[in-house]
Amino acid sequence: MELVEAIILAVLAASTPLLIAATGELVTERSGVLNLGVEGMMIVGAACGFAGAWLTGSIFIGALFGIVAGTLMSLVFALMALGLAVNQVATGLALTILGVGLSGLIGAGFVGERITPAMHLYIPSLTDMPLIGRVLFGEDAFVYFSIALVIGVWWFLYRTRAGLILRACGDNHVSAHALGYPVLRIRTFAVMFGGACAGLAGAYLPLAYTPFFIPGMTAGRGWIALALVVFSSWRPGRLVVGAYLFGAVTILQLHAQGWGVGIPSQFMSALPYLATVIVLVLLSRARTGGSTAPAALGTVFVPDR
Amino acid sequence: MQLVLEKRVERSNTIALVSPLIAIGLTIVTMIILFAILGKNPLLALHAYFIAPLTDGYSLQEIAVKATPLVMIAIGLSLCYLANAWNIGAEGQFLIGAVAGSWIAVKTQGTDAGAWVLPVMLVLAAAAGALYALIPAICKVKFGASEILTSLMLVYVADLFLDYLVRGPWRDPHGFNFPTTAEFDPVATVPLLIEGGRLHLGSIIALLVVAAAAILLGRTIKGFEIRVVGAAPRAARFGGFNANQLIILTFAVSGALAGLAGIIEVAGPVGHLQPGISPGYGFTAIIVAFLGRLNPLGILIAGLFLALTFIGGEQAQIAMKIPLDVTKVFQGILLFYVLACDSLILYRFKLVFPNRQVTRGTG
Repeated sequence: MELVEAIILAVLAASTPLLIAATGELVTERSGVLNLGVEGMMIVGAACGFAGAWLTGSIFIGALFGIVAGTLMSLVFALMALGLAVNQVATGLALTILGVGLSGLIGAGFVGERITPAMHLYIPSLTDMPLIGRVLFGEDAFVYFSIALVIGVWWFLYRTRAGLILRACGDNHVSAHALGYPVLRIRTFAVMFGGACAGLAGAYLPLAYTPFFIPGMTAGRGWIALALVVFSSWRPGRLVVGAYLFGAVTILQLHAQGWGVGIPSQFMSALPYLATVIVLVLLSRARTGGSTAPAALGTVFVPDR
Repeated sequence: MQLVLEKRVERSNTIALVSPLIAIGLTIVTMIILFAILGKNPLLALHAYFIAPLTDGYSLQEIAVKATPLVMIAIGLSLCYLANAWNIGAEGQFLIGAVAGSWIAVKTQGTDAGAWVLPVMLVLAAAAGALYALIPAICKVKFGASEILTSLMLVYVADLFLDYLVRGPWRDPHGFNFPTTAEFDPVATVPLLIEGGRLHLGSIIALLVVAAAAILLGRTIKGFEIRVVGAAPRAARFGGFNANQLIILTFAVSGALAGLAGIIEVAGPVGHLQPGISPGYGFTAIIVAFLGRLNPLGILIAGLFLALTFIGGEQAQIAMKIPLDVTKVFQGILLFYVLACDSLILYRFKLVFPNRQVTRGTG
């Protein structure tokens, strides 16, 4: 029983950064912008988040640092891809390359340092309940926040007028522009939201997942988050399922390594990446009756004046 | 008053020529600011980065050695990008090529295998790189899965596979438990061009690849098809060009070139297989491809330039204790400026005054 509880806790912890980053990217993509720089924004968020927490001693300020760093990175993307109408794929790649270098530069002074990781909720008697107690009432704030974030995004996209306009920009920017909506401004906000989420997701890693910073610690999570958005068919509800499934694969392979299954550890570590490829293939194959992606995703828009 | 983009009637050829130079200029200005923030003398740092490596023969050879994989990979990637196929997993194809070629080297180690070893290694590495690149290409063509994400995921897989081999079955028994194979035999090593120097045969192969790509793109129907499919997919369909077939082809070629670059690096400057054989060549090559305007000759120049930043970065680290990550930042910023300047080929800035009263006719 304790093992099951430990596994569920670990799965939630491993899934949370994926869920936060993917939720942000989902909003970005729903507005019609493909920002491939999630990995870069995450890793800068991780470095800045750790720096903030180490300098101030506050996890909350660390998280804010991560959010601000991710947003600033996304603004660079917005300037290029929206302001200068540069190819979004190439700009996203550039953002990741830049982010990896910047995070190394920012984080260099903090390698080897430790902080007290984010506190976990504790409500006497509720948290002490067997099996579900710690899972439901003993998480850190990020886990609860990530779930609130997904619900908030779902509500925004499907229940508000602003969300409808944002989706309209993603499906047909020419029509949205003709109706008088400021397509580029809306997209800039969507990109910034994606950047803020990616920065927070990156900051989660050194603030709550492991209490130290190592260069390259995002290890492709930003790219997996991008794959999750495809997996979810651009719907927040399915994103939750996808993120937790992925967290489960990551944790199970770690446990399998611990149990000494006769497979080399590198093969087990490769599982989450291979799973991403397989899932992408299966999903794309299943979706023969037309794509569910936002119709204008990744296309350049320069308004006529 | 507002600054907006406006599409040019015709692409500007002047800007197409000078835009990489503007981009490099802007990058250097940004670097001066960055060096100043880091508390280093910007002029000395720039000298260490861009001038010092050009002043001695050893560094010049080292630049050519570093440029070799960059140019080979970037040529392949440029074919993909021209055809609008987004292979960003060249790093993985590089590693798999290195692994496949090393297999022969490891298996023939200590035997009296003859001169056939190196050619077989090169062919096998190219074949393995091509096959590895075909995975995302086929997933894209058959199932519509995003080649960007699948090719990138396979980088991590290749990295872990190499790690497994050099820590497990291929580890040098006399290597003090370091994760590395034994040094390759002389027959499994890329020959040096100058005795006692660094320059090796791989650089000649890279030059041949550049020439072949220039002929392919400029003088053959296939090259024309690649460019049309990327630039005008609708026109290409009317022309009867098969876009899917070209995705497969360009991925296979770029994978083969990356794989070849991988084994040349391992059997050349490195001399054995170990983790970390690539300081991100597969990703830096993306920058090389764009900085070189997806043009073979341009890529050759861009490859040499980025190799200069690698060597300069190392010298700046030794001489001025500037962190190596500055080189990555430099490369990332350079790619941004290149892309931004390229935008000005198709668009131009225009000032508009949206608040000015529009005079309406009274009729």
